[in-house]
Amino acid sequence: MKKKWLWKVPLSLFICFVQLVPIYITLTVSLKPQTDMSSTWTLPEQPYWNNFATAIEAGGLLRAFLNTIVITAVASFLVIILGAMAAYPLARNPSRLNRGVKTFILSIMMVPASSLLVPLYVLLVKLHAVSTYWGIIAVHVTFNLPLAIFMYSNFIMTIPQELDEAALIDGCSVYSIFRRIILPLIKPITVSVLILTSVTVWNDYQYSLYFLQKPAMKVLTLSIAAFFGQSGADPHVAAAAALMAILPMMIVYLCLQKYFMKGMVEGAIK
Amino acid sequence: MHSLYRKANIMYIPALILFVVFVVYPFFSDIRIAFTNWNGFSQHFKYVGFLNFKRLFTDDNIRTSFINTLLYGFGSTIFQQILGLAFALLLNEPFPGRTIARTVIYLPVMISAVIMGYMWIYLVEYNGALNDIVTLFGGGKVLWLSDAHLAVAVIIAINTLQFVGISMIIYLAGLQGIPNMYYEAASIEGAGTWICFRKITIPLLYPSFVTSVTVNLIGGLKLFDIIRALTGGGPGYTTHSLATLIHSSYFASQNAGYAAAIGVLLFVIILFFTILLQLVFKGKEVQYT
Repeated sequence: MKKKWLWKVPLSLFICFVQLVPIYITLTVSLKPQTDMSSTWTLPEQPYWNNFATAIEAGGLLRAFLNTIVITAVASFLVIILGAMAAYPLARNPSRLNRGVKTFILSIMMVPASSLLVPLYVLLVKLHAVSTYWGIIAVHVTFNLPLAIFMYSNFIMTIPQELDEAALIDGCSVYSIFRRIILPLIKPITVSVLILTSVTVWNDYQYSLYFLQKPAMKVLTLSIAAFFGQSGADPHVAAAAALMAILPMMIVYLCLQKYFMKGMVEGAIK
Repeated sequence: MHSLYRKANIMYIPALILFVVFVVYPFFSDIRIAFTNWNGFSQHFKYVGFLNFKRLFTDDNIRTSFINTLLYGFGSTIFQQILGLAFALLLNEPFPGRTIARTVIYLPVMISAVIMGYMWIYLVEYNGALNDIVTLFGGGKVLWLSDAHLAVAVIIAINTLQFVGISMIIYLAGLQGIPNMYYEAASIEGAGTWICFRKITIPLLYPSFVTSVTVNLIGGLKLFDIIRALTGGGPGYTTHSLATLIHSSYFASQNAGYAAAIGVLLFVIILFFTILLQLVFKGKEVQYT
């Protein structure tokens, strides 16, 4: 039989090549000293690792890593807890009030955060929350919550209500039904919410640029931007810093890529 | 049963408090600030009526940013649909390397857009990787970011390539949802590949198309990170989007009132297109039974 798929292999290879070019070029730049004037397409004969050492020493990169991890972890945790909690009554009790609340959350989703950054900044200044963990976390949680609530509420609606009723007869309160019956059952969608939220928060630049102004509070994206933005900065050191910054997320993605794609589709379709 | 759940209503109070404090209140305070000449830090400011809004219509920088915002939004969306659908069709049926190709095409989505923008500088700078290829084929070196039109096109291209993986997996999910029996039935009737594609694949992918266009368009209209990294809005103001212009009006020009007015404009534009998309796409789904 003729292999009808054979033409797909070189085409796929070419597309993969295009998608990997920026990373590859950054890699070759990061492995050369500033004196190296060769084309960025060529790898050096001797990799020059000093750029990585310089990047770690100079830019407060480790501090930025730590800040990014703390902010991403706490924000994702809160989105999951608050999102699941809010979704439960909305999914189970479609009263007039709750349908109104759902519409309200839907309209919150329509408000693009980018258009609110000026008043949000003013608000955070008033609350003394600029350059604090809780300020940026509150903003991230707020703007990731609506999607999480919708994903959870759609999922909870597929869980048979008979389970709740059985637990009620056994003497459970509504809160313990939520904790003992619902929470364990929503794990699959929690994985998707966790992935969507943590990727968004980890990669965020815009909110962080507005709300994290102190050097000690820099996250990874701000720290990398500083490497590239300084006049007279060594582009080879910046390349090394950029590679180190994208590496953790890429490793996690490559290990769990099936869940990442599933989560993305679920988030988009809602 | 319902009285039981009524007690559960407390559980959405924390979320509602966050929405009121960090969305509803800022929304109205944005409108209030837009009517002032506040500079962003001083204690003193005056209400200036519709002055900031009038300026929106006469300011050339707003005109450029507005056009750019639409170019970023629609440009990326169009190319992402074409490429995303093509990649999905290419990678739908199994062949060796299919999983790797899907993984690699989606990989850039995991990279922060601002870092992706900075990484692309090594490609588009004067002695960068792209000009090496251009000179290899005998062309003269191109100033990719010095010409406003070219720079806007470069930004659209980078944004398209980085996020094309999202469209691809949305279309892949759609393709997998089309039952094989439609194709079998069609081929019994004597329909060829092209007819099958036109009459079965395209109509049944409609929901995926709606999802993908909505995600891409809203994302493109809010474009910020890549522009900040690549051009910072320059040369001059020629590559600014409204989102980057808000930032520079607030922090660089210290004109909070005006920045807030641009925020209102961006809000109206995104709301307009969100509603428009819903109206256009409503009730056009096909069902074969």
